[in-house]
Amino acid sequence: MRYKLDLDIEEVNTDRRDFLRRAATVGGLAIAPGVILYQTGAAKPADQAVSSQQRWGMLVNTNVCQEDCDACVTACNEEHGLWDLGRPETDAQWIRKLNVKDKQTGHVTSLPMMCQHCENPPCVDVCPTGASFRREDGIVLVDKHTCIGCRYCMLACPYKARSFVHEPLQDQLPHSPRGKGCVESCTLCVHKVDRGDNNTACAEACAKDGHQALLFGDLNDPSSEISKQLKQHGGTQIRADLGLNTGVRYQGI
Amino acid sequence: MRILKSKWHILVCLIITLIAYVPMFNAFAESSADIPKPKSNYSDETRCVEPVAIMRKQHFVYLLEHRDKTVIEGIRTTQYSLNACIDCHITPNAEGEFARYSDDTHFCASCHQFTAVNIDCFQCHADRPEEAIRKTRNPNTTVTAHTQEIHEYLQLGETQPH
Amino acid sequence: METTRFSSIDANSLQYWILLGGLALATLVGVLAAHHMDLEGHHISGMSNQIVWGFPHVAAIFLIIAASGALNVASISSVFGKTDYKPLARMSGLLAIALLVGGLAILVLDLGRPDLLIVAMTKYNFKSIFAWNIFLYTGFIVITVIYLWMMMERKMNKFIKVTGFAAFLWRLILTTGTGSIFGFLVARQAYDAAIMAPLFVIMSFAFGMATFILVLMASYKWTHRTLGDVMLSKLKNLLGIFVAAILYFVLAYHLANLYATEHHGIERFILLDGGIYTFLFWAGHIVIGCLVPLALVFIKPMSQSRGMTMLAAGLVIMGGIAQLYVIIIGGQAYPLVLFPGMEESSSFFDGVVAEYTPSIFELLLGFGGICLALAIVTVGIAILEFLPESLSDKALSLDSARSNSI
Repeated sequence: MRYKLDLDIEEVNTDRRDFLRRAATVGGLAIAPGVILYQTGAAKPADQAVSSQQRWGMLVNTNVCQEDCDACVTACNEEHGLWDLGRPETDAQWIRKLNVKDKQTGHVTSLPMMCQHCENPPCVDVCPTGASFRREDGIVLVDKHTCIGCRYCMLACPYKARSFVHEPLQDQLPHSPRGKGCVESCTLCVHKVDRGDNNTACAEACAKDGHQALLFGDLNDPSSEISKQLKQHGGTQIRADLGLNTGVRYQGI
Repeated sequence: MRILKSKWHILVCLIITLIAYVPMFNAFAESSADIPKPKSNYSDETRCVEPVAIMRKQHFVYLLEHRDKTVIEGIRTTQYSLNACIDCHITPNAEGEFARYSDDTHFCASCHQFTAVNIDCFQCHADRPEEAIRKTRNPNTTVTAHTQEIHEYLQLGETQPH
Repeated sequence: METTRFSSIDANSLQYWILLGGLALATLVGVLAAHHMDLEGHHISGMSNQIVWGFPHVAAIFLIIAASGALNVASISSVFGKTDYKPLARMSGLLAIALLVGGLAILVLDLGRPDLLIVAMTKYNFKSIFAWNIFLYTGFIVITVIYLWMMMERKMNKFIKVTGFAAFLWRLILTTGTGSIFGFLVARQAYDAAIMAPLFVIMSFAFGMATFILVLMASYKWTHRTLGDVMLSKLKNLLGIFVAAILYFVLAYHLANLYATEHHGIERFILLDGGIYTFLFWAGHIVIGCLVPLALVFIKPMSQSRGMTMLAAGLVIMGGIAQLYVIIIGGQAYPLVLFPGMEESSSFFDGVVAEYTPSIFELLLGFGGICLALAIVTVGIAILEFLPESLSDKALSLDSARSNSI
């Protein structure tokens, strides 16, 4: 059912003022050389829709990812209010540390695994209501207003990236709504991206711990750090054979 | 259907129905006094983001419109954002406590309980401002205690460890 | 042509009401179980982030494909012109609708947000095979209802062949769609196989026929009507052929997988060391569901006994549920392969076989759906004229003699 407004909506322009202020700050940072630690693209104005000019992605350098470190996982849980309810089979995990051991040599690679934000996501293909969708800027999300909880996307995902909320929740955080009966997964910290943070909670935590294994950025912008890194050193997709063109790339595997 | 043939019976039914409604009016009168006032006016000209009379009737229309824009297009204006509504309307009482949606003094609940309109917004969305939620969410709580807390809140009874 | 006399069954007996009451009660218990699961969340079920579809889906998919198979008898009569089966066509339509409704009820009640069902009915993603299935299922009910109307309204009889053909095509597409729910899953080792679609079609033939035979035998026995040996042995032989065809498709599926080294892991899991899944595959699906029924149906003297036919139909159903359990749950229990040839481990059960035990709520929900289907049949045959008064050998030969002479 669609409700149509018979009123003219004239948005009071507080958001634009907000944006101007923020844009000015970012500009100030950019003027001082050497201050910028990571790419700071200007935040889009709050009233502007996201566009396909950006494609957000992530680069994981498994060479520096530590096997005994799960800072990214903890940060994600904290950022999105994911609780450990003591039931590992049904508790949500948006990002997890995966250890991959070569049977022949015994060599172990440790890496974070989460939604790969595919360009052609199988979860979006199979979702009957269109609740699983890919935002213009490449972020794959679940619209929980239309998710009926059929879990078909969980069967379809090649990365086991999705969780189903198996119990009623309370105390959810305002920027990360989640609730019983819906499927959820890594949002690439979409609330931070829209805010102009230009980073995700996991990448921030990884950098804070001094590992710098996670790099967030715009794959469409040739001048972004992630694009430069990928151009120079390359990066692989997990299950590249499926042709999904993932937004998360890995180095060292 | 014999019962409906007698007018006398219909009259009795009507009176019983009316009496049944009286406590509801009372409850509304009592609880509305305890409902915290919003933080501030939206602007110098208007109290809320639209005239109050319109908001009372049509707030869900704005919310529905805005929700798809935010989720699908990433538009993050605050005028019709549910989080902004909550931030302004859910304020602490005299003891500094924030009402949850399950309390009848919660701004949304106070009216929705009275009109018996069920909403599922707060199955997923925060029903209080972030500061209030951070206060009740104790990251140091042990896993089982936390589960128990949630279950007590939902009145689901004992939980078995998995 | 119109020599077969149809009549509704006598619903005034105590036995009838006991049967209907029992079925209604079981349905109600199933709904309550689903409601409880909805209130508490799915963590009280055996399902998890690893096994996302559990026993309710096994029961639902069984009912859905059996529904499409139950319509076979009607198709044989109106599409392939085998008039011998014509007296059974109405019952076959009723059973098809009932089974489908039962299966859909389970699927809907197991959703995480059954309250958002309206969304599923109004918003479609047309690339989703699941969304196609919503149309296929509702369309199947509509077409079958029209088909029944053409059969039961004498003035409309001339349209039987057209609607029958439409229903036949539709049911083939429907089971293809259901099989493709799994066949189209590129990521999973056990799925991602085009053969899933024809396999499901042939499974539907067998499960539908087995259910039809059981329901027919029970309703004729309990209403003291005559069911002749001729009719029963025709149905029984068809059942045998369908079961043999299942074996063939399962063999082809596993042979293809066994040839490709990539799939050796999943094959080893299902065929050799998968614990409950291996047991269900060999003992449940192959022996109980296929080999024993084949023997009962085709080898004398078992093939001449009604009891044995009934047993064979029952075993086909049990074997079918075992087969779907292995396909649906076994396919999920086997770990997803992210890095072929590597050993994976994590806190999210990567690289380990997922555990699953259906909870009582799931079993009650699945059972409730089956009982709902049977309840619909029980009510249906009492209010409308679905069942021929007699299916005795004599009545049948009279029928076919007349229709042949026309």
